[in-house]
Amino acid sequence: MENNNTSYQTAGVPLLDDPKMRIRNTNVFYAEKQAIFDVNLDIGKNQVISMIGPSGCGKSTFLRCLNRMNDTIEICRVSGELHLEKDNIYDKKIDVVELRARVGMVFQKPNPFPKSIYENVAYGARIHGLTDNTVQLDDLVEKSLIRCGLWNEVKDRLEEPATGLSGGQQQRLCIARAIAINPEVILMDEPCSALDPIATATVEELIHELSENFTIAIVTHSMQQAARVSERTAYFHLGKLIEVNDTSQVFTNPEHQLTEEYITGRIG
Amino acid sequence: MNDDLMVGGHISRQFDQELDDIRARVLKMGGLVEAQLDKTLVALQDGDPESIVDVAKLDRKVNKLEMEIDEECTQILAKRQPAAGDLRLIIATTKSVRDLERIGDEAERVANMVRHALDNHASHKSFKGLLSLGEHVKELLHATLNTYARMETRSAVLNMRKDQEIDDEYSRVIVRLVDYMKKDADNISDALDVMWAARSLERIGDHCINICENIIYLVEGQDVRHIGFDELDEQLS
Repeated sequence: MENNNTSYQTAGVPLLDDPKMRIRNTNVFYAEKQAIFDVNLDIGKNQVISMIGPSGCGKSTFLRCLNRMNDTIEICRVSGELHLEKDNIYDKKIDVVELRARVGMVFQKPNPFPKSIYENVAYGARIHGLTDNTVQLDDLVEKSLIRCGLWNEVKDRLEEPATGLSGGQQQRLCIARAIAINPEVILMDEPCSALDPIATATVEELIHELSENFTIAIVTHSMQQAARVSERTAYFHLGKLIEVNDTSQVFTNPEHQLTEEYITGRIG
Repeated sequence: MNDDLMVGGHISRQFDQELDDIRARVLKMGGLVEAQLDKTLVALQDGDPESIVDVAKLDRKVNKLEMEIDEECTQILAKRQPAAGDLRLIIATTKSVRDLERIGDEAERVANMVRHALDNHASHKSFKGLLSLGEHVKELLHATLNTYARMETRSAVLNMRKDQEIDDEYSRVIVRLVDYMKKDADNISDALDVMWAARSLERIGDHCINICENIIYLVEGQDVRHIGFDELDEQLS
């Protein structure tokens, strides 16, 4: 494995007391190429943290480490310590399926299963055995759809294919599917980049509401979105975590010059 | 201060141009306000009626520029959603042009006091006692505009200290005027006009300081309003 000798200090406040996730000395390699360099970061409980940075800066790669989505890429190797509460998520004893139930994910493009609206939400609960009977399952589906603000729009057509919904509705359905199994953390990889501004606003409002009960890490290309939805913002540049600070500080007075240059549109 | 960081270097050159244009207009407005104060001091010195008219004419130009710069800032906020240094530049600019416009108003107020004396066939000479204060205020305004042009924190702090001297000088002027009024009740009316004029000059100093505080906010990202010099030095160290 290539050794990373380029030591650096992340500006701002990357570490917290009693975090939900604790990431230490984390490096990610795609074969010989290093994509993430020695990242140290805490993700606070019931907080929204945004990852921003230019294309190829490693923010999505980093996000995918948090529920071991990178395991699906054969040449990808992750080193370092990543904890969810007390559990080392890269420990050999960890059941990855169970981990992904605790750390759910919403992707850039809405990806509902080619099933009914109802089945999309019920699917995870069923395979994880979260409910004992149909009444409980119905209840879980309804509650999840209500929390995502989708219930009134779909309650009369739960058996229709999910693919018939609009893009924004599909994305909220995917979020409903993620929260139905009651995860602790939800990872969102550019969840609004395929949505129009109205659907984007609805999803952003949803993110805000969900942060009461869930910890959310979101990767976004839209700096305004990061400014709107998150309490903390992490800026990545060429695989390094340059700065982590309160969002209000990052967008008015960032500490690191690279952050300043990125958010003012001087580097892209 | 790195000039490129405050205005230039954006991927969008159009944005660079827009910010550069705003800065140039603020400096132009500053030049006009400085000319207003110059003419006001000429009126104090010579009681020259033409200078008084010029101050009012310049004020109309200053007001127009204030509105134009504000509109440009509004457009940038709406279209560019500026962040960090760019955002601070826009915020500091909209605040500073307001202060510049008020400096113009205060200068006009002083000029009007002189005109009032001339209209009443009184001598403008009682205003001459304000010349020294006026000169110091003029120096402060000039230094403030230089500070804006160069975006320098250090000179902003120096200007803030100079304003303290102006405040002291103003207090001395007031004591003198009160003595003058005590001597003869007939002096009161004239002395009050001079007192108001002195007050306006002192207010110009305060507006300069507001601008300096805006510059520190713009450059350092720190709000240094309503704090003493000790805390200011600590914050900026």
